[in-house]
Amino acid sequence: VSYLCASGAGAGQDVGRSCILVSIAGKNVMLDCGMHMGYNDDRRFPDFSYITQNGRLTDFLDCVIISHFHLDHCGALPYFSEMVGYDGPIYMTHPTKAICPILLEDYRKITVDKKGETNFFTSQMIKDCMKKVVAVHLHQTVQVDEELEIKAYYAGHVLGAAMFQIKVGCESVVYTGDYNMTPDRHLGAAWIDKCRPDLLITESTYATTIRDSKRCRERDFLKKVHETVERGGKVLIPVFALGRAQELCILLETFWERMNLKAPIYFSTGLTEKANHYYKLFITWTNQKIRKTFVQRNMFEFKHIKAFDRAFADNPGPMVVFATPGMLHAGQSLQIFRKWAGNEKNMVIMPGYCVQGTVGHKILSGQRKLEMEGRQILEVKMQVEYMSFSAHADAKGIMQLIRQAEPRNVLLVHGEAKKMEFLKQKIEQEFHVSCYMPANGETTTIFTNPSIPVDISLGLLKRETAIGLLPDVKKPKLMHGTLMMKDNSFRLVSPEQALKELGLAEHQLRFTCRVHIQDPRKEHETVLRVYNHLKGVLKDYSVQHLPDGSITVESILIQATAHSEDQGTKVLLVSWTYQDEELGSYLTSLLKKGLPQSTA
Amino acid sequence: FQENDASVRLKIASLLGLLSKTAGFSPDCIMDDAINTLQNEKSHQVLAQLLDTLLVIGTKLTENPPVRMRLVEVACKHLTDSSHGVRNKCLQLIGCLGPVEKGAAKESESQAAKDVQKIIGDHFNDQDPRVRTAAIKAMLQLHERGLKLQQAIYSQACKLLADDYEQVRSAAVQLIWVLSQLYPESIVPIPSSNEEIRLVDDAFGKICHMVSDGSWVVRVQAAKLLGSMQQVSSHFLDQTLDKKLMSDLRRKRTAHERAKELYSSGEFSSGRKWGDDAPKEEIDTGAVNLIESGACGAFVHGLEDEMYEVRIAAVEALCMLAQSSPSFAEKCLDFLVDMFNDEIEEVRLQSIHTMRKISNNITLREDQLDTVLAVLEDSSRDIREALHELLCCTNVSTKEGIHLALVELLKNLTKYPTDRESIWKCLKFLGSRHPTLVLPLVPELLSTHPFFDTPEPDMDDPAYIAVLVLIFNAAKSCPTMPALFSDHTFRHYAYLRDSLSHLVPPLRLPGRKLVSSPVSPSITPHEDPSQQFLHQSLERVYNLQHLDPQGIQELLEFTIRDLQRLGELQSELAGMADFTATYLQCQLLLIKALQERLWNMAAPLYLKQNALASAAAKQILEETYKMEFMYSGVESRQVVIIHHMRLQAKALQLIVTARTTRGVEPLFGMCEKFLQEVDSFQRCFISELPHMQGSFVDKLLDLMPRLVTSKPSEVVKILQTTLRQSTFLHLPLPEQLHRATANIIEPTGESDNPLRFTSGLVVALDVDATLEHVQDPQGTVKVQVLYPDGQAQLIHPKPADFRNPGPGRHRLITQVYLSHTAWTEPCQIEVRLLLAYNSNRSKAAAKMPKSAWNESLEALPPSENGIEGTIPFSKPVKVYIMPKPARR
Repeated sequence: VSYLCASGAGAGQDVGRSCILVSIAGKNVMLDCGMHMGYNDDRRFPDFSYITQNGRLTDFLDCVIISHFHLDHCGALPYFSEMVGYDGPIYMTHPTKAICPILLEDYRKITVDKKGETNFFTSQMIKDCMKKVVAVHLHQTVQVDEELEIKAYYAGHVLGAAMFQIKVGCESVVYTGDYNMTPDRHLGAAWIDKCRPDLLITESTYATTIRDSKRCRERDFLKKVHETVERGGKVLIPVFALGRAQELCILLETFWERMNLKAPIYFSTGLTEKANHYYKLFITWTNQKIRKTFVQRNMFEFKHIKAFDRAFADNPGPMVVFATPGMLHAGQSLQIFRKWAGNEKNMVIMPGYCVQGTVGHKILSGQRKLEMEGRQILEVKMQVEYMSFSAHADAKGIMQLIRQAEPRNVLLVHGEAKKMEFLKQKIEQEFHVSCYMPANGETTTIFTNPSIPVDISLGLLKRETAIGLLPDVKKPKLMHGTLMMKDNSFRLVSPEQALKELGLAEHQLRFTCRVHIQDPRKEHETVLRVYNHLKGVLKDYSVQHLPDGSITVESILIQATAHSEDQGTKVLLVSWTYQDEELGSYLTSLLKKGLPQSTA
Repeated sequence: FQENDASVRLKIASLLGLLSKTAGFSPDCIMDDAINTLQNEKSHQVLAQLLDTLLVIGTKLTENPPVRMRLVEVACKHLTDSSHGVRNKCLQLIGCLGPVEKGAAKESESQAAKDVQKIIGDHFNDQDPRVRTAAIKAMLQLHERGLKLQQAIYSQACKLLADDYEQVRSAAVQLIWVLSQLYPESIVPIPSSNEEIRLVDDAFGKICHMVSDGSWVVRVQAAKLLGSMQQVSSHFLDQTLDKKLMSDLRRKRTAHERAKELYSSGEFSSGRKWGDDAPKEEIDTGAVNLIESGACGAFVHGLEDEMYEVRIAAVEALCMLAQSSPSFAEKCLDFLVDMFNDEIEEVRLQSIHTMRKISNNITLREDQLDTVLAVLEDSSRDIREALHELLCCTNVSTKEGIHLALVELLKNLTKYPTDRESIWKCLKFLGSRHPTLVLPLVPELLSTHPFFDTPEPDMDDPAYIAVLVLIFNAAKSCPTMPALFSDHTFRHYAYLRDSLSHLVPPLRLPGRKLVSSPVSPSITPHEDPSQQFLHQSLERVYNLQHLDPQGIQELLEFTIRDLQRLGELQSELAGMADFTATYLQCQLLLIKALQERLWNMAAPLYLKQNALASAAAKQILEETYKMEFMYSGVESRQVVIIHHMRLQAKALQLIVTARTTRGVEPLFGMCEKFLQEVDSFQRCFISELPHMQGSFVDKLLDLMPRLVTSKPSEVVKILQTTLRQSTFLHLPLPEQLHRATANIIEPTGESDNPLRFTSGLVVALDVDATLEHVQDPQGTVKVQVLYPDGQAQLIHPKPADFRNPGPGRHRLITQVYLSHTAWTEPCQIEVRLLLAYNSNRSKAAAKMPKSAWNESLEALPPSENGIEGTIPFSKPVKVYIMPKPARR
């Protein structure tokens, strides 16, 4: 009996700060190393001291796996590897490796340069950290050491997002990271084969939501943008630099192309430009449509979308602008918003969730007069729309993934406790597998029944398969052989070979049994009767009457002697070896029933 | 088979298989050998190959039940082999040859049949996925051959749906579908509860489940099959479109439902607020079954799939189901409309076509119409035209809808002026379908005013014409409408009625003579007289065979003229009339050429007449090729006569050459060739010969022995007499006959601006043409470009350039690359479409009874005398081009 153990160092029943520790057959793997957006103190990073108490992380962890480049999955990486100290391998996919440092650098800039924090990781640390990263391809099996192997599957969520299968011997864990089961305009759907892991660790952001068809949302979005542009208004779409921004760009780009529209679309410069560059490069990670058409034209080489300049905001005429950040709390998007808010022809579309306290949240909840810095009152006359373009799997998607992978246990992370409770119940009811939802710092232990591989000698295998029918998948098959345990390996060999190898002499085990039969006749006549009887009953076996007055049935010997006291009772001596136990005992019971009354 | 090397034995076995495939080889003799070797063979590969050979043998000997039984037995024996390849082949063999019950078959036979099913069924659980697949395939094969599968297999097949391997799942889906068609009404229990449902419903649910399978191959398969399960109950059908939205445990209305409600409550224009999709009612957590075993949301998933193949399959399935169930059609409308925004054009096009097919069952709501119309701005011409066709047959519920449609169409017109024809046509139908909805819009559309005279709109404005087309078509069934027209409208009506008569219907206008009105009610009876006329005129021709030559000629000329005129008048009969006219034309030419007077003269003196005759022969040849290849619906009876005519023409040619050339040498070859042709004619049309009493061939065949032995000059003489004596063959008309036509829409040939390009480089010319009644256009239609220097260029368009918008219609949209050396001034080139033919490919040859032994012999000779040629079948269009000298 072996066990798997998963503990949530960061993301237990919580969104953000993903960090999970898995011990599988003696190997320790850390999954994701994220930060929490909401905190600015020590709580923003996972508690790494929890992992080892006071040992070196490198000794304890065999590897670290990063599922995708979102900061809540990789934000703490430089802190972890450089400041806490870890020198082992870090695995991530190629796009993640490419985009991750850009985001980390941006994050560092904001915290250090803008907020003036000290004791934070430096640019050099990010570079050093990325040197430790090993990039993996989709479906490539990477051997971390002799026993531990990992394999990446496509996850959809963002460019380069992957699910990882971690395997030691025949025990395995699948970690999904964030994933999306419904394909969108630039990414495909998550996919996994029927790998039947012992444990599936899945995110559960939308544990209780089943989403509407994406087409409705897309149509609504396009219609609104189109209408506004047609009547000469300006559309502001506040987005975060990576992920949904590209999705919406593609959506608008193709729509513009199809409809032959002329109004300009702008994209705020900086981070996004760099990221777009990588989107162009990693075409293999996108969906069918983009993959197939990139030869003619790379979808990320936007024809209608141009870089934004501050001065453009005052240009007359319709336009669409994507600006960062997504919650309208600072930066360019807020500047543009202030310029355009006064005109009722304009529109702002919020494509994602807004945290309480931001301008985005305020206008979405219907506030029409905003108090800006310096006691200014900004009247919002422009239209405000909300449209959710989230790339997480919904409840149905999670169930679908479970159905595809057929795990023996499921562990839910990255979600709210209350919602996870509901999903847990559903999973248990639907798939009859046990489901766990550990809190932060809590450890879940799962017992597995690992199958132990045994080498079988070819001779034995051939001999055994020749006897029986074809092997059946459903039924276990009985085999005669000797199990040898030697040097930590198991072998199944034929008894003769085992004896030879161990240098033992063969012992023979014989059973003998006496059966009393009432028969007044002479011995040899009794023998003859017994012989005839047996020959009649056991048609499939070779029954022989030997000249010395004994009978053999295959290798079983039967002899008859007269009872010393009572001449009317004959004693039948039945003797068989251990190997013929089955036939021997059958024969005895047959003889015990007595001979049929002689007819002549 | 004594070879030691397994690979050699393998090759021998496969050779045997090929050998038994070839015709004329009796496979019985090697069968026993093969079976015997099978028993001694050790190598798995050779075994598999031998079984394959046996399979070929078995399929050859279909009429021999004992042999088949024996083969099946052999196969059953080898089913226990340890190699998957051998088991695979065994199952295949059983599938192909296993006995099939035929009605009231003998008891023993049905017993065997049951056994076969059981044997195959046992292998559903084989350890090798390839064998499992083969087992299912064998089962399907049995079904195809007419064996009724047992219902017991159903539960087995259901288990296979959860197989690890996609090919097994894919085959299992098919098997389940077959079973559900066989036993739709039988009842199966639902595990986990004690309810029972119909098998077809259960199967439907299971296949729906497979729409969210991990492998896209299976998904495509499942989505396709869903479409053909029409017996499924509507309750299940509806579920496929319902994903049961849920947000934080509370039931949420779908956006579609919201749209409907917004529409009905009349606050359509109000924007949505944040949290508008906030959940409304609390739902019972127990009742929500996230991944229901039912058909829940299968189509929603299918339509959102990543692979467009799956999406197309789902749209097709929707279409088929919606055609059979009007209520479902109503429901799936929203989803189809959504598909109009798919990122792949093919999918969009497919969904528009689907919508058109089901449009009889549905009425579009205004918000749906809005989305549909938004697609009108699509830059793809195919999409727009498909949409116009869709609008032709949709029902719109309100007058605002009509107005909206009109406005959008006009917008479309200004943006893409090339769509003019298509939009007018669309408005024509829109008007005639919704007269009452158009009526209240008339004053606004015509911008009339009760008191003031408004300025007269420009008559040449396509937009104004579009509006008028809509109104006039509506007015046809709405007699009160003309009262609203102003004076100039009537004038415009008269003008349009003449210039665009196919778009503007005759109207019953007050104060106007109803010149055209009697025509419309009498359209149906009108057909018959013309048909009668056609037949009468033909009868007349046939009956007057013994008229003096002059009379015949005149009569023929008249009839041809009549027929041609008839073809112009009656489009339905055009094909028939043209066909006959061409035939008569040939006949006429023949008669003219054979005028006795000419032939009695000495040869050298009448070169001119000879030239005439040979020209006639050539023309007849051409015309016969046209007749054979340009008309669709030509039957073998007509083909015979066409060929006969051609033969006559060839005879004529021979005679003419004989008279003009001196020396016997070339004649020998020609005679021989001619005789060969007569021979092949006889072979091809042996079954038709009895109908041709008294014809040229009939007589010729009688004289055949003499012809073969005689000298060329004699042959010519004989031919000459037979040709003149032979009677005129009656041309029976087939049921349906259509002439292949093509019309080049683009380039229009009106442009005065030459297309300039640098000489030596290429310029792409867009060609857009419609083809009608062309069979297999991908293989036959070519584009020809004629340069002024007489150079001709033949271009084969890509198969993908052909689109098929309707039965018998094709559309060719392609690019032709032109290039030439520098010219001093612009000049015109001609572009035309050609129909390529090849006399090898002639229908007669295809219909020839294939006797196995001479098949291979027959394959060779025709290719020698096969003539490849082309028939121009469109009007040439002139394009002005100007290759400039390259600048250094």
